[in-house]
Amino acid sequence: MDSDYAIIGGGVVGLSVAWGLLKRGLRVTVLDGDDGSFRASRGNFGLVWVQSKGMNQPRYAQWSQSSAAAWADFSDELTDATGHAVGLEQKGGYDLHFSEESLEATVAKYETLKARLGGDYPYEVLGHNALRKEEPEIGPKVVGAILHHQDGHANPLKLLRALSDDVRRLGGIILNGKHVVDVKKRDLFHVQCADGSEIRARKTILSAGLGAMELGPKLGFKAPIRPQRGQVLITEKMPKIINRPSLIARQVDEGGIQIGATNEEVGLDDRVTQPGLSGLAAEAIAAYPILGRAQLVRSWGALRILSPDGLPIYQESPEMPGAYLVTCHSGITLAAAHARFLPDWLEGTAAAPDLEVFSEARFS
Amino acid sequence: MRSADLIIVGAGPAGMAAAACAAGKGLSVLLLDEQPRAGGQIYRDVARAWPKRGGLLGKDYAAGLPLVQALDHPGITHITGATVWQIEDGPLVTFTVNGAAQQAQGKRLLIATGALERPMPLPGWTLPGVMTAGAGQILLKQSGMVSDRAVLVGCGPLLYLIGAQMVRAGTPPLALVETQGRGDLLAAMRHVGGALRGWRYMLKGLGMLAELRRAGVARHVAATDIEIAGANRAESVRFRAAGQQHEIGCDTVLLHHGVVPNTQAARSIDIPHEWDSRQRAFVPQRDAWGRSARADVFIAGDGAGIGGAKAAAIAGELAALAIAHDLGALAQGDRDLEARQLRWRLSAELAARPFIDRAYPPFAPALAPADKTIICRCEEVTAGDIRRYAAMGCLGPNQAKAFGRAGMGPCQGRYCGLSVTEILSAAHGQAPDRTGYYRIRPPLKPVTLAELAAMADTPDAAE
Amino acid sequence: MKHAFHRLDAPADLVRVTFRGQVVDLPAGENLAAALLAAGVTVFRNTPVSGAPRAPFCMMGACYDCLVEIDGTTRQACMLEVSEGMVIEPAHGKGADNALG
Repeated sequence: MDSDYAIIGGGVVGLSVAWGLLKRGLRVTVLDGDDGSFRASRGNFGLVWVQSKGMNQPRYAQWSQSSAAAWADFSDELTDATGHAVGLEQKGGYDLHFSEESLEATVAKYETLKARLGGDYPYEVLGHNALRKEEPEIGPKVVGAILHHQDGHANPLKLLRALSDDVRRLGGIILNGKHVVDVKKRDLFHVQCADGSEIRARKTILSAGLGAMELGPKLGFKAPIRPQRGQVLITEKMPKIINRPSLIARQVDEGGIQIGATNEEVGLDDRVTQPGLSGLAAEAIAAYPILGRAQLVRSWGALRILSPDGLPIYQESPEMPGAYLVTCHSGITLAAAHARFLPDWLEGTAAAPDLEVFSEARFS
Repeated sequence: MRSADLIIVGAGPAGMAAAACAAGKGLSVLLLDEQPRAGGQIYRDVARAWPKRGGLLGKDYAAGLPLVQALDHPGITHITGATVWQIEDGPLVTFTVNGAAQQAQGKRLLIATGALERPMPLPGWTLPGVMTAGAGQILLKQSGMVSDRAVLVGCGPLLYLIGAQMVRAGTPPLALVETQGRGDLLAAMRHVGGALRGWRYMLKGLGMLAELRRAGVARHVAATDIEIAGANRAESVRFRAAGQQHEIGCDTVLLHHGVVPNTQAARSIDIPHEWDSRQRAFVPQRDAWGRSARADVFIAGDGAGIGGAKAAAIAGELAALAIAHDLGALAQGDRDLEARQLRWRLSAELAARPFIDRAYPPFAPALAPADKTIICRCEEVTAGDIRRYAAMGCLGPNQAKAFGRAGMGPCQGRYCGLSVTEILSAAHGQAPDRTGYYRIRPPLKPVTLAELAAMADTPDAAE
Repeated sequence: MKHAFHRLDAPADLVRVTFRGQVVDLPAGENLAAALLAAGVTVFRNTPVSGAPRAPFCMMGACYDCLVEIDGTTRQACMLEVSEGMVIEPAHGKGADNALG
């Protein structure tokens, strides 16, 4: 049977969109890669994050805010359906600072953004002592933090599993081990796989992460994305040490302390390096000295999917109408928006969000 | 930073033999090993234990003595208590000694990390008191400790050996519960033509069995439905054999159904592996010298495929010869001449392997455990969980790991990796090579953040 | 209960350590996991996942079941040797005094 949508890419982005479309009664087939594919969904840091996003593009800040605001309900619905929580906690998050100068400079930027957002940017600045009341393990080198109340975190792997589970439960088809080699448009889209199979659908969405670098141009997209490596560490399971997440470290729902992340332009190399690990460890200890005693159990390198300006790309193909590129590097933060709001844009309803600033027109 | 012509990871038979051979050719050798004394697991603590307990441990154990003694060579730097946790291009090896990290740069690297016991997930196998047979042997060799009320469960020569050693120590095991059937032995005899060495192993096994029998140890064969019962520790072993249900009360259960290569280090640097269907395990691809797909990295010993201690020592020497030749310390003709003799001995050693593998196949229910049985000891993931993730589209262990945490704990998949591969392969009807294995990343063993941070370029990244 | 293991040789050079706050005399230089087993310790820790009891399984540094906490750091008992004055606690787990919050 033909689908309404063939979604190329079964990570959090593709599955979030699939889930949202299924909720509207549409028929969806998701083509997922294999065990060794680059999978940002398996390697990301798990923040549901608003602060620092869209400093130069308020619409991106808003889009992140709207997703963060939709997350709780999205999470509840997934949990009810699958019986498994996805570890969502939204009680604020920190941007930790080691110098007064950097703290002040960031606050100045936040104030500018806040004004452009009409005042909807709820954050406060905590000095060292105030921060220490919230985070007893914070180290003396941390001069203060920006606590943004719209920030939080989730368990990205539980989210991936819940989406995978619920997409199937809702009648979606997920085909695993598929490597899409080409897409043709006739009366329908014909998505062709390396194994010779072909999926036909009324519309198609390219949400294949870095796979869009190769496939994008075949569907008429510029897809000017690149990989950026982020190395991430995780410790053994620990007693409670960290209350709220930050960009430096967070304590995951299973107890481990996740520490991240590097930003490295190294192409498709997803290895971890000793300098990478050491630098991250040093920063985490500077923030929370007690972590020096913790055992690092695992580390990994994951490849972010970055556009030139770091913003998501939402674009319908000018050459193949009905084909959409959906890509971003904040698939967890934006999962709720992708599930709740993107279907309106894909279906062209009156409720469609204005995503013009995220089109490929900005890359001309 | 240290440097050496050859860095060897692991001071078991392969690593020790390679070190002595390479040093003998004039190479500088850095030998890194986790244990406080050389020997690996098979010759664990041999220099101290042999004089005290040689009689009960048996003369095969004594073969480790000359290997340990040969490490006393000016060309060999042996660092004990060294835990290697990262290997990078170079080869650059990072390791911990006494809580502080060090690095070493070699011209060649030999991975000689040996074997692990094949995981034997059974109901109750995580209870205190359940150990590997190898653990029982380590306690005996290193510490002179014997369990008073032990049941041996599984199959293979090592199980007979530990049983016989316990008899000699004056504390026989309560029972030997074997999983192989008589058909396995017959098949081994029928199908392995001309494996004379196999007979020798069998005779050795029969000798040890006779020791156990004389000591009055109950023996059960072709046991099925094995489980370990107990509330907070192992209290009994339950099983069916000869059409009857049995339950044997005990304090200690020693499990064994073969050993498998420890491939963590090789996998961490993306050396290709392939499934060995006879050994039912992955082995790293390497040439006849032990050279891997990375030209400067060699693998020798049981970590490259199970062959036993003697074969491991020979393979270590072969690798050392190739490395000495690589580095200009040995002419090709001399290398090949020395290798000829070694290869002849190696093939004689390995001739018995097909027989042993046939006669003592892994316990099938532990390769396909019941749904409720824990397979990942660290994260307490069951076989049923993995089957559920297979049904949710996980084709390989890495997606299954993401879905359910198997392999994410401190042991990093050492005791669940093969189980996960086998379960997923069965669920999808695909070969283990296609299913694949966990992507192994540093740290190969957990390391404290303080130790990592101490290696940062700037001592404090925040300043 | 009678200890599960016995020693073939009388231990020499006992030194004083504590485990779970109890004073224990163990042979200096002995493998810590072995020494605790010989001293009658059956449960080394409870897991952080379910709180299940655990004790040494592989004795060769591979399984991470014999985890203990020394000076605030989780260590493998089977990879340590006994030294005078060691303060040994079970590695943090669920359901123990030092449980996960």
